[in-house]
Amino acid sequence: MTPLIKLNASSPHESARKHVSGAARYVDDLPAPQGMLHGFAVASPHAHAKIVSRDGTRARALPGVHAVLFAADVPGSNHIGPVVHDEDLLADATAQCVGHAVAVVVAESRDIAREAAALVDVVYEVLPAILTIEESIAAKAFLGSPHHMARGDVDAALASAAIVIKATARNPAQDHFYLETHAALAIPEEGGNWLIYSSTQHPTEVQGEVASVLGLPRNAVVVEVPRLGGGFGGKESQASQIACWAALGAHVTGRPVKVWLDREQDMTHTGKRHPFRTDYEAGFDADGRLTALRARVYADAGFSLDLSQAINDRALFHLDNAYYVPNVDFQNFTCKTNLLSNTAFRGFGGPQGMVVIEDAMQRAAERLGKDPNVFRVASFYGDAPRNVTPYGMRVDQPRAARLWEELSASSDYATRSAAIAAHNATSSVVKRGLGFMPVKFGISFTATLLNQAGALVLVYADGSVQMNHGGIEMGQGLHTKMLAIAGDELGVPASAVRAMDTATDKVPNTSATAASSGSDLNGWAVRNACAEIRQRMAVVAAEVLGVPAAALVFADGQVGAPGGPSMPFAKLANTCWVRRISLSSTGFYATPDLAYDREKGFGRPFFYFAWGASVVEVEVNALTGEHRVVRADLLQDVGKSLVPSIDLGQVEGAFVQGVGWLTMEECLYDKRGRFVTHGPSTYKIPTIGDVPADLRVHLLENVEQDGTIHGSKAVGEPPLMLGIGVVSALRQAIGAFASPGHEIELALPATPEAVLRAIMDVRARSAAGAPSLHG
Amino acid sequence: MAIRFLLNGKAVEVDGVAPTTTLLQWLREHAHLTGTKEGCAEGDCGACTVALADVGPDGEPTWRAVDSCLVFLPALNGRSVLTVEGLGGDHPVQDAMVKHLGSQCGYCTPGFVMSLFEACHRKDLTATDDAGLNDQLCGNLCRCTGYRPIRDAAIEVVGTQPVDGHVATAPTGTATDYVAKGGRYAQPADLAGLFDALDAMPGARIVSGATDLALEVNKLHKALPALVSVESIPSLRGVTRTAGGWRIGATTLLADVEAWSKDPFPSLHRMLRYFASRQIKNRATLGGNVCNASPIGDTPPVLLALDATAILASRAGERRVPLREFFLSYRKTALGEGEVLAAIELPDLPEDAFAASYKVSKRRELDISAVAASFVVRVQSGVVSEARLAYGGMAATPSRAAGAERALVGRPFDEAAVNDAVAALATDFTPMSDHRGTAWYRATLAGNLLRGFYLETRNDRQPTLPARHAGTVIA
Repeated sequence: MTPLIKLNASSPHESARKHVSGAARYVDDLPAPQGMLHGFAVASPHAHAKIVSRDGTRARALPGVHAVLFAADVPGSNHIGPVVHDEDLLADATAQCVGHAVAVVVAESRDIAREAAALVDVVYEVLPAILTIEESIAAKAFLGSPHHMARGDVDAALASAAIVIKATARNPAQDHFYLETHAALAIPEEGGNWLIYSSTQHPTEVQGEVASVLGLPRNAVVVEVPRLGGGFGGKESQASQIACWAALGAHVTGRPVKVWLDREQDMTHTGKRHPFRTDYEAGFDADGRLTALRARVYADAGFSLDLSQAINDRALFHLDNAYYVPNVDFQNFTCKTNLLSNTAFRGFGGPQGMVVIEDAMQRAAERLGKDPNVFRVASFYGDAPRNVTPYGMRVDQPRAARLWEELSASSDYATRSAAIAAHNATSSVVKRGLGFMPVKFGISFTATLLNQAGALVLVYADGSVQMNHGGIEMGQGLHTKMLAIAGDELGVPASAVRAMDTATDKVPNTSATAASSGSDLNGWAVRNACAEIRQRMAVVAAEVLGVPAAALVFADGQVGAPGGPSMPFAKLANTCWVRRISLSSTGFYATPDLAYDREKGFGRPFFYFAWGASVVEVEVNALTGEHRVVRADLLQDVGKSLVPSIDLGQVEGAFVQGVGWLTMEECLYDKRGRFVTHGPSTYKIPTIGDVPADLRVHLLENVEQDGTIHGSKAVGEPPLMLGIGVVSALRQAIGAFASPGHEIELALPATPEAVLRAIMDVRARSAAGAPSLHG
Repeated sequence: MAIRFLLNGKAVEVDGVAPTTTLLQWLREHAHLTGTKEGCAEGDCGACTVALADVGPDGEPTWRAVDSCLVFLPALNGRSVLTVEGLGGDHPVQDAMVKHLGSQCGYCTPGFVMSLFEACHRKDLTATDDAGLNDQLCGNLCRCTGYRPIRDAAIEVVGTQPVDGHVATAPTGTATDYVAKGGRYAQPADLAGLFDALDAMPGARIVSGATDLALEVNKLHKALPALVSVESIPSLRGVTRTAGGWRIGATTLLADVEAWSKDPFPSLHRMLRYFASRQIKNRATLGGNVCNASPIGDTPPVLLALDATAILASRAGERRVPLREFFLSYRKTALGEGEVLAAIELPDLPEDAFAASYKVSKRRELDISAVAASFVVRVQSGVVSEARLAYGGMAATPSRAAGAERALVGRPFDEAAVNDAVAALATDFTPMSDHRGTAWYRATLAGNLLRGFYLETRNDRQPTLPARHAGTVIA
């Protein structure tokens, strides 16, 4: 039963009952088609190697093996990639990273396929590999094209600044760790056509890549997605290779082929959030106001471009975060390494940009022994002329000051700050810190063309409705919101509307469900489709009821004039059918007013900004470096919320994911370029005890947004960056173990070991001297 | 013989699948029950959680949440299993998860539902027990919600004992000898049968809960053709009082050891709170953790500090080996051919003893230690009469710090003595670096934990953990 879903009202997730009963199906749960085989990729064990020879003879000899496929077996193009086709689907001349697929084995069972994979003989000649950003910079191994933004005179501003911070900020990688690993099922259909089930955020891209690999037009390939067990960006571009392996195997054997990655394969075949290194100089005036920022931003792309350039560009767009910087000079470089190809991850470079300017805020405050929020508040975007971003976009309705005002009041910031100071003065082993993090996040794909969406709505003669749109339900509640919008527009209960699995034969040429854009774009498309049908039905209803169409109201399953005659929606649908009126319609939406000139680094890449803020309290143990979040207060601007309960879930889930990124999730490669933290036994995402018992999450009120679907704002990514507040809090607590006036050198993620190092380092530099027995 | 068990209340009979087939694989691939998910196949995510009927520490039948990826199918013979499908769709725990928006993508949800199912039937867990709730659910990872709504659902259902028609039945305890696909799984019902099986199956691996052994199948893809399970032998399970101490049967579940240890051995209880997860502790045994002899096992340091004795059994009878002589070298123990660990004996902890345990890991819950430590210090007539300082993660075996102990004994238990003991640790251990911690971190921790122990026991000789705390050392 679909729960009661209504626009602007809280409700459970539309699939909640299916989730809790185990009835919700994911790709790997689909019943196996007759004759289904299993595909298994053979991974390169070398970070960079020439492939001297390859031989599947021994593997093919194993009973149950149907095919062993290499690059030469690809009927169409062996080159894939979301922006440029710079990846070999199966490594041809060279393998570019450990985990790069060299062959695909197809067998009766996954166990046999795995066993056979070990029998595929590949002779490699190991080549020199680039394994760090620094090696990549030294080799000038850059991908894509640098992006530059400049305004004012940074040199002059730094020369006259009261404080200049010169530092290098680094952020760590992060594995997506969606609970559902990648899966694809390729089914050959009659006439050389294909049905692909894929766990992808981007079915259109899978469709295009499969078509290209098989040498077919796109209309030969239908991609369908039931739902995802989490995506977070990790299934935006990187689902394609898995689907292509399945399709290739099915093409050669003529049988359906499933490729499902176990956790270790998933983590060793697919890319992560990009680690960045940013060398920067920041200037502040005597009031703590930012006057200049110069940044050279280096992203570790891994072995191919993937989405790295756009991610690196979004980092530049968010170096300012919520602060007006009059003089800027930003430049980014996308560094090739022989590591897994890093990819989209919630925030898409935004978090990596913000970490830099927040580091500057912290360092300035730490050096002077001041509250970092003095610097933050003084630097907020405000009224003209302090309302223009480094790339020339006007910041309408800057909200940082309001967020700070409301959140510092609701979180008792001043009182708690004083209590923490008192605690720290008397407690020797455990110190506390209180961090504040404002977030301004630009909403729209920065590649303007992607800001479009389509829908297809079908009303049946009994009044029941099917709703298709181009977005993927991956847990974020997109379908719940779309059902609310469709139900509202057609005036029927959302339970009368069925959200269909996303498929490329219903809505073509879709963009990825990414960039927090799912409900903004698809919401309008669904609404437009419903409005079109409603308009046609209204003409009929007006005739039947004898009232003007303009006076009709569609609500609660009834159509009629207020106080006048009415009829059930279902009856009207039947009447429309009898009168041969079309009851289906597409809907389309393209975000207006976007224009960005990347060459000039100038324009309006975003439709609007989403704002939020967090106050995070931590405590830190100086004997072990262990720490925990004691309390977190989150305040997020989601416009007028489409479904508040869904938005709250996004905010708190994203926050915890952000805290995990910065405090415990450690992606480690060994010296040969092998990803070694490839399972939850070694890669630790937050668990229930890591979430503060005191977590207070609120949505900013009275912030209906102009021009967006029902006044709402995007929510998927922005609150992840609220988690950066934990770093600010940790740095304050760490600093409390030493005398004031020292910048904190805290490596991220701030594991207990990193925190202990930071404490011992700052103590060594401070007058407090070496650690004593009593902390 | 076939494997017979109850699945969601219906009798099933399984034959012809390899003995190392896991319950998870069988559910998904053979029974076509796909509600139970594979998120990791290493017992670290909980997406595959099901409920297994067992006997609780009070002797009554009870449901236990377990990771089905770590249960070999023959272990189910004579038992009852409940999967998410067995709850229907409107069980109170499912209602609570819907109501509180405890699911987003839904993939972890069936696992949480089954952990909550155990929680709702637990008699020893309440909604106000914050640490207990965390312990109950830390074996289930969720990447979407941030856990707050799931905690709210848990608070609503925990300990409510709903009359839901799902009655746990005690395992029948019948002997099992399952042979298929070139593998054999023998689960004798008594010690005589055990020694017969060991004789008949030379080279067999001994298994109980398989929470570690199953990883060799799932992660290393090893064939384990001969397995002898000690799980169904009543004399190996349970805690009994001895003269001056306690005897803990080797196959006593860690969940039961944890519940029992609270009063007699707070330091053991404290370690088990952060040992693995509820699902693991519902299958893992004390004997398994000891016989595994891992340098990073968490109970060996505690047992070493408590001066445990290992009771080894063979056809010839029992022999006693002090635990400090049990760990010979990396993963090698004093167990001889045809010999099994029958029990661990712990002498009563004198009331004048200072005792505590510590564990530091990247994540507080369900993580493997960088360093684990457990200390017992006795002070008589103003000087330290005994000091047992035991560490995990510092050497190839769980080890006592002989030099540091010498630095304490015979001196007042004060800062100067502790400082000397910390200094001596540098010669006791040369730890290594790995992805859980560098050698520097481990060495620093070893000393700081000893310092922390001294500070922490100034007010309380055997301190217990508060619900939420800043680190393993309470300060």
